[in-house]
Amino acid sequence: MNSIILRTASAYLLPLLLLFSIFILLRGHYEPGGGFVGGLTAAIAFVLHLIANGLQKTRSLLRYHPGVFIPTGLLLSFASGVAPMFVGRPFMTGLWLSEPIPVLGTIGSSLFFDVGVYLVVLGVTLTILFTIVENT
Amino acid sequence: MVIAVLSGLLVSLLLLLLDFNKRWPAFLVSLYPATLTIYFLSYLPGILYGETLNVSQPWIPSLQTNLDFRLDGLSMLFTLLITGIGTLICLYAAAYMRADPKLRSFYAYLCVFITAMLGLVLSDNLILLFIFWELTSISSFFLIGFKYEDPASRKSALIALAVTGGGGFMLLSGFLLIGSMGQHYSIQHLLSYPPILTNDSLYPLILVFIFAGAFSKSAQFPLHFWLPGAMKAPSPVSAYLHSATMVKAGVYLLARLSPLLGNQPYWNYTLMTVGGFTMLYAAFHALFRTDLKAILAYSTLSALGMMFFLLGIGTELALLSLVTFIVVHALYKAAMFLITGVIDHETKTRDITKLGGLRKVLLPLAIAGVLAALSSAGIPFTFGFIGKELIYETSLAALPFAFLLTAAVLVANILLGYAGFISGIRPFFGELSAEHREVKTPSFWMWAPPLLLAFAGILFGAFPVLSQDLLHQAANSIGASTPLPPLKLWHGFSPVLLLSVFTILAATAMYLFLKPSTSRLQWVSRFENYSPKAIISGVAAKGKQAAASYTHTLQNGYLRIYVMIIMLFLIALICCRIFDHLHFDIDIAALTPIGIYEVVVTALIIVAIGMILFTHSRLASIIAMSIVGYGLCLIFVFYGAPDLAMTQFTIDTLTVVLFMIVLLRLPAFLNLSNLRIKIRDGLISAAFGLLISVIALMVLQEPTNKEISRFYADNAYPLAKGKNVVNVILVDFRGSDTMVEITVLTIAAIGVYSMLKLKMNPSEKE
Repeated sequence: MNSIILRTASAYLLPLLLLFSIFILLRGHYEPGGGFVGGLTAAIAFVLHLIANGLQKTRSLLRYHPGVFIPTGLLLSFASGVAPMFVGRPFMTGLWLSEPIPVLGTIGSSLFFDVGVYLVVLGVTLTILFTIVENT
Repeated sequence: MVIAVLSGLLVSLLLLLLDFNKRWPAFLVSLYPATLTIYFLSYLPGILYGETLNVSQPWIPSLQTNLDFRLDGLSMLFTLLITGIGTLICLYAAAYMRADPKLRSFYAYLCVFITAMLGLVLSDNLILLFIFWELTSISSFFLIGFKYEDPASRKSALIALAVTGGGGFMLLSGFLLIGSMGQHYSIQHLLSYPPILTNDSLYPLILVFIFAGAFSKSAQFPLHFWLPGAMKAPSPVSAYLHSATMVKAGVYLLARLSPLLGNQPYWNYTLMTVGGFTMLYAAFHALFRTDLKAILAYSTLSALGMMFFLLGIGTELALLSLVTFIVVHALYKAAMFLITGVIDHETKTRDITKLGGLRKVLLPLAIAGVLAALSSAGIPFTFGFIGKELIYETSLAALPFAFLLTAAVLVANILLGYAGFISGIRPFFGELSAEHREVKTPSFWMWAPPLLLAFAGILFGAFPVLSQDLLHQAANSIGASTPLPPLKLWHGFSPVLLLSVFTILAATAMYLFLKPSTSRLQWVSRFENYSPKAIISGVAAKGKQAAASYTHTLQNGYLRIYVMIIMLFLIALICCRIFDHLHFDIDIAALTPIGIYEVVVTALIIVAIGMILFTHSRLASIIAMSIVGYGLCLIFVFYGAPDLAMTQFTIDTLTVVLFMIVLLRLPAFLNLSNLRIKIRDGLISAAFGLLISVIALMVLQEPTNKEISRFYADNAYPLAKGKNVVNVILVDFRGSDTMVEITVLTIAAIGVYSMLKLKMNPSEKE
């Protein structure tokens, strides 16, 4: 789609939307949001960029094949589940830092789990969309 | 012991990671089974005194599945066979497959197999045993199909997997039945009161399942045909898996369970019939073969049949002769397979009609072959002789069928002796053909293992006292309790000796007068169409056809038909269920009052649906679809499900974008449905919508169970430090579910990706 307005807007919207998606991811623990919606929002951010600039530009912006996010996310989620086993707790027990960190709040293993979900969802959505766009 | 059993998995992983071909010689792998042999030998003195070693480690206690291992006489016997012969096989394979670039993966499979086999014979827990049982099937699949470039090799691997895997499925059903009746999966616990199983009305059903498993693994008629096919595997594999160890797993299992399930008419007669029939059927078949490996395969089948036969007789003497025969057979048959492997490797043929006089070029193997053949025929001073005497004693004492059983055993023994002579002696005597004159004696590692195995057969035969204690302990651990007779070379003049002598004479006479020929092979192949193999493969092919036609009807590639079939099926299914007790009693006053927002949104949705149905523009219908989607999101918001609404919003947005992207590429809007199809579709949709409404109304009738949601709401903060209950459930309380879900998402992405990337030629499409 060739529209200067959309192209210019997407350049500003992409970082904003990505930031927003991370915001959604982080607030999920206390208020509506979470890794799944966050990942989808991030995907929408890239899709907007794709519509404005074309597949090639978005690809080079991402640098890596979107498929790379999938195993990364899976590994992260899995690792956060396995981590408690090293301190002798059952699989997927939540581990928490005792002191909250400014801005982020209390950090626990479930946050990493959610980040993994975020990455998988982002990777899956973009892989499917990119492949379809490529073939049309 | 847990570590010793499971270490093979680690070794196999190491083998895959390390490139030992270049730096270290391959035969170093044999250190692994050798270490295990020494480790288990260190328990031998204790076992000989009748001790047992029990190790238990919790694994999945909630499913009563623990790493329970138990080393007793029978397990010890099998363990030593597995690790001892395994060591020789590893050494042999290093020389036999030296040039093979896939040697590493070969050893990796072999180590997995050793682990599986050890686990199988040491498990005391039925579920654990089943897991190892399946692992042997899987690792043997890779070993049979090792030369995977060869289609015949792949096919036999698949047949073997299908037969043994199907049997494994039966076995699991049997184990689950045993577990549900005996309230326990530990064999030792179950043994404390066996009548709980044998008196149950489902006892015959258990037997059917367990027998199906054991017979498929140990290749009994009519499931025997995978074993001759499995001879496509490299010779070390045939020697190890298909004669010495894996095929005896079924025998081991039934022997292990015989104190639990045995000594019942069903048990004894089935085993005697199936075992006896296989014993004779396979021995006759061996007569007609000219391929050395095929002769060995059929004589192995026959020997396995004899083992089940003995188990079916079930007397204490029968159990002793069973364990003796297992060792006898493992020693001479593994040796013969290894010898055949060398012959194949050096002369490039296994056709018995073309081989002869090889003793001039392969002397050490000729010695091994003769020794193994003597043991298989049961010549005095070989271990085979002792085994055979015991078997005749057993069958003569098995009243009231002594005559019939002895006759069957006699015929089988004569034929087995003949097969042994043919495969162990014939290739080495007679005239050496011109093309084999240049054959060189292979390296030490290729002739030493078979020679050692054959020699062990003589050693145990000449000094029976060497193996006596272990064999007694093995028989004791499967139910023989009274003092067993010592193994002796000389039993005095008795009918048994007469039978032995007659067996040897008859086998020798057959060897002298009956030459193997291809014409007989052709004669017997006329009956191929009526063989169990042809029948079972035919049934399998028909099943595949039926599945294909069924799939073509129900999944013909049109998405709309799929949706229609799913809807129709659901309507039919649910209507049948709810039709008879459909009654509404809804208290309208108790429902949440409907506000202006809901009315407006619902009206919007209805208008949008109407637009989708009647528009002639794709763009308009997509926008209308998105209105429906967003309208639903708003309804979620009104009724307090913000998380759901957020996700739905993003999903809807992405769907619309996706449609927009592909929209430009689609052909012009066509109205393909005629009036009849429209009416049909309309009726189905109306019925489906009505059904869903009815279900929704019925749900309202049920008193809602708030217990679960209250638990999550109350515990989200104290236990998981989160205030958003939905998210806490997703990432914490039910995090494992989410873990699986994102895995499923990944699989879906891979599926979409590969389907879109796959550019098939029209000719490749089916």
